[in-house]
Amino acid sequence: MKIAVCVKQIPDPAAPYELDPENHWVVRPEDQVLDDTDRYGVEVGLQLAAATEGSVTLYSMSPAGSLQGIRQALAMGADRAVIVSDPQLRGSDALVTAHVLSRAIARDENDLVITGTESTDGYAGVVPQQIAELLEVPALTFARHVDASNGGVQIQRQTPDGYEIVTSSLPAVISVTAGAVEPRYPTFKGIMQAKQKPIDQLTANDLGYGPNDVGGIGSGQHVKSVTVIPAREAGEIVEDDGEGYQRIVALLEQAKVI
Amino acid sequence: MTTWVFTEETNGKATPSALELLAKAREFGEVSVFYVGAGNDAAFAELGEHGAAAVHSMDPGNALPAAAAAAAFADLLEGAQLVLFANGNTDRDVAGRLSARMGRAVVSNALDVINEGTGLAVVTEILGGTEQVITTINADPPALVVSRPKAFAAEPVGGSPPTVTAVAVPDVGHAGSATIVERHEEPSEGPDLEAAALIVTGGRGMGDADRFQILNQLAGALGGAVGATRAVVDAGWVPYSLQIGQTGKTVKPSVYLACGVSGAMQHAVGMKDSGTIIAINKDPEAPIFSISDLGIVGDVHKVVPALIEALQARG
Repeated sequence: MKIAVCVKQIPDPAAPYELDPENHWVVRPEDQVLDDTDRYGVEVGLQLAAATEGSVTLYSMSPAGSLQGIRQALAMGADRAVIVSDPQLRGSDALVTAHVLSRAIARDENDLVITGTESTDGYAGVVPQQIAELLEVPALTFARHVDASNGGVQIQRQTPDGYEIVTSSLPAVISVTAGAVEPRYPTFKGIMQAKQKPIDQLTANDLGYGPNDVGGIGSGQHVKSVTVIPAREAGEIVEDDGEGYQRIVALLEQAKVI
Repeated sequence: MTTWVFTEETNGKATPSALELLAKAREFGEVSVFYVGAGNDAAFAELGEHGAAAVHSMDPGNALPAAAAAAAFADLLEGAQLVLFANGNTDRDVAGRLSARMGRAVVSNALDVINEGTGLAVVTEILGGTEQVITTINADPPALVVSRPKAFAAEPVGGSPPTVTAVAVPDVGHAGSATIVERHEEPSEGPDLEAAALIVTGGRGMGDADRFQILNQLAGALGGAVGATRAVVDAGWVPYSLQIGQTGKTVKPSVYLACGVSGAMQHAVGMKDSGTIIAINKDPEAPIFSISDLGIVGDVHKVVPALIEALQARG
C-alpha cells in the first residue's frame, strides 16, 4: 500500500505564540516541531505499510525552516517527505491548504491518505474532508482504530455515544484521533537515518498555482481584527497545610452545590 | 435569502447542538434544515418549534453519509447566505466536503456570526481563549460556519411543524462508497458531562489509572460528573467521551474542580467559562491557577481524600 501521511510543523506549543501585528498570522520560527497529534497518523501509516509491504511518504505545507519537525516524523520511520514551502502560501486558509496538499499527494498516486483530525495550532478540523472531496475519494474520519482489510481499510469511527465500524476500498482518506495507536519513539538509528532521507521541496508554482490562487489572496476569509480578551481574574491561591480541603468545602457551600 | 442548519440524526432526533444553531440562524431570517437520517414526525416538529420553516431530509442508510450529503446539500444552496454546522464529526465531514465542492471558505470554532452590513463576520477565540478574532468572509455566499458547542442557547419559539422534503441520495461514485457495517454504543456511567452542574476533572497529575478512580468517589459525593484532560484519555485511563477541551467537550458547569490538571490552553478552551473554578495542583506555576477562583497548591492524593471524608461527614 502506497501511503501518504499529512503532517504539520508548528511552533512549539510550550512556547508563547506570537502574532504578526500587520496581518495577524502566527509568526513561524525557523525551528518548528512536529504537531504532536500527527505522530498518531505517522504510526498508523507505518503499521499499515509494514502489514502490506508498502511505503510512507509525508506531505506537509509550511515554511520549511530547519525541517526539524519533518525530520522527527522521518526518524519514526517514514521513507521520504514532500514539503510545499513557499512565501506565497502565507495566510492560506483551510481550503487553500487542502488544494495544495491534495495536488501534491495526487502527483504520487497514493492508495491511502492519513491525517490527524485537526492541527494543534489552527484546529480548523476540516482539511482531511476537503482533501477527500478534492481527490474524489471517501473520508473515513475520526478513526480510533485502523486495519488493512481485503485490499481496503476498516476503521472504528468515533461517534457521540460509541463507535461504528466503517469499511472502504481504496483510494481513501483516513483521519485518526489522538490515542488511536501508541506512537513509537524514534530510535537513535532512526534519527541518524532521517538526516539522509529525501525531502522534496515544492513551490505553489510547481503545483500549478499562481499567486492569486493561494495565500491570503486566494483565501475566502480574512482576519479583520484580533483583540485581547480581558483575562478572568485569578482568585486566591493557598498552599495546602493539610487543611486546604476546608477552603474547598467553604467555596462549594458558597456556590450552593452542597 | 435563506439560512441553513445542518444536522445528523442522533438518538432519533436532531442533535441538541442543532437546536442551539437554530436560535442563531433565526436572526438572519427564514431557516431551513438539512437533516441526515431516517427522520420522523416528532424530530421534524421539534425543529419547527425551534423556528425551522423547512426540513430537507436525506436517509443515507448504511453509507457513511458525508460525500452524498455534501453533494445533495450543495444543490439546495442556491441563494443561501449562511450554513451553520455544529462541531460534531459528521457536521465537520459535511462542512469540509461542501466547502471543497463549492469552493467556499469554511470558518471553524465560531462563537458568533455577525452581519456587518457589507457581509458576514465570524467571531472566534484563539490561544486558549485569550484573544478574540473577527474573521470576515469575502468568498461568494453561502458562508460555511462550524460553531463551538454552547456558542448559542437553544430556545423554542413555538413554531409549527415545518414542510418536509425527502432528498434522494445522489450517486457520487467511489467517494460515497464507504459503508458502516456495525454500530456500537458505549454507554458512559454517571451524569451527562455536558449537562452536569458540577464537574470533577482529573489530569496527568492523578498519577495513574487506578489513582484516577478516586475522582469517581469525589464526583459521587458531590452529585457531579467526571471529566478528563486529553493526556489522561490518550494514556487510556478513561474513554474519549470524558475528554474536555479543544478536541473534546466544551462544558460550562456551575463548579469546575480540576485535580492534577495543569491547565494547558487546549484544555482551558473547553472549560474556562465555568462558574466557579477550583484547582488542586502541586505546581504553583500551573496555568490552571491563573483562571481559578480558588487554587490549592498541594498534593491531590492528600487533598482529595480529605475532601471526600469531609463531604461524607456532612452526610
